[in-house]
Amino acid sequence: MHQDTLHALNEARHAGRAIVRAVDLATGEERLIDPSNPTSELERAAAAAARADRSEPVEIEGRSWFLSVHNPPLDLVLIGAVHIAQPLSQMAALAGYSVCIIDPRQAFATAARFPGMALSHDWPDEALARKPLGPRSALVALSHDPKFDDPGLAAALRSPCFYIGALGSKKSHAARLARLKAQGFTEDELKRIHGPVGLAIGARSPAEIAVSILAEMTLKLRADGGWERFAVRAQA
Amino acid sequence: MSGTADGDDVLDTAARWRGEGHKVALATVVKTWGSAPRPAGSQVAVRDDGAFIGSVSGGCVEGAVIEGAQDVMRTGRIKQLEFGVSDAEAWAVGLACGGRIEILVEALD
Repeated sequence: MHQDTLHALNEARHAGRAIVRAVDLATGEERLIDPSNPTSELERAAAAAARADRSEPVEIEGRSWFLSVHNPPLDLVLIGAVHIAQPLSQMAALAGYSVCIIDPRQAFATAARFPGMALSHDWPDEALARKPLGPRSALVALSHDPKFDDPGLAAALRSPCFYIGALGSKKSHAARLARLKAQGFTEDELKRIHGPVGLAIGARSPAEIAVSILAEMTLKLRADGGWERFAVRAQA
Repeated sequence: MSGTADGDDVLDTAARWRGEGHKVALATVVKTWGSAPRPAGSQVAVRDDGAFIGSVSGGCVEGAVIEGAQDVMRTGRIKQLEFGVSDAEAWAVGLACGGRIEILVEALD
């Protein structure tokens, strides 16, 4: 690898831009590819690898390339600095997520309760307007309070984030869907919200519920289009 | 970790080492078969004095990779290494998990 390539690669990563490095396995020739705007066959393969979040070898026009995918980190936004947010934020950080907890109630979102986590005391819609959710983002509404949860969920529904979850019983979820429908969201759009949140693993304690939520997020992130099939099996 | 090359510290450290005047080589897992311990894209940066950061296997073959990296720093030519239990040499530096991995080693020039 040439030093200039490494510097450009590091610059893109630090700026939070997805970038793919292609290297010819026979000659060492290298290319840096912006996966957002593919034109050649190699660039299209790089874009596909970035979408799948998978570094992989490819054969193109008789040449063997290796595509190293450098995607921006995953991020998780939690609405509500409640008890479940404590184990969930820690577990998600271990799984590689950059975590932000949004709760306008300053007594809840404190550094003492969430050591080392990014905290925001803004209203969820304002916080998410400043730092929008992207395709590698997940949002979980945990507060049980519609005045915090609903604006967060609405922002998530308008974003390309890969996972939206909302804590609450079937009854409170039905009421939530009715409120969001009244705001103009369609039934298809509302299907993106996982509620009651998490895989059905019989979780009881906050930490176990956090496991079930993180498991469902992982399934959605990794199991591609087949995740519903997996989910059915997991809940059977 | 994600399938994203987990090179965050690795690539920053490689750039820093090069900036400090060291020779540096990068080793990248390019292909895996069976139950390989680290996915394709996993990287190690190796410095000319043998210091390294990152992992390509969970520890089983790093020693051989560092040797290969020092060759590459000398010659400047890329090199592919393959490790697996089917390989006779693997008894010395094999993968206990029974997987096979192919590693590309390049100098940072």
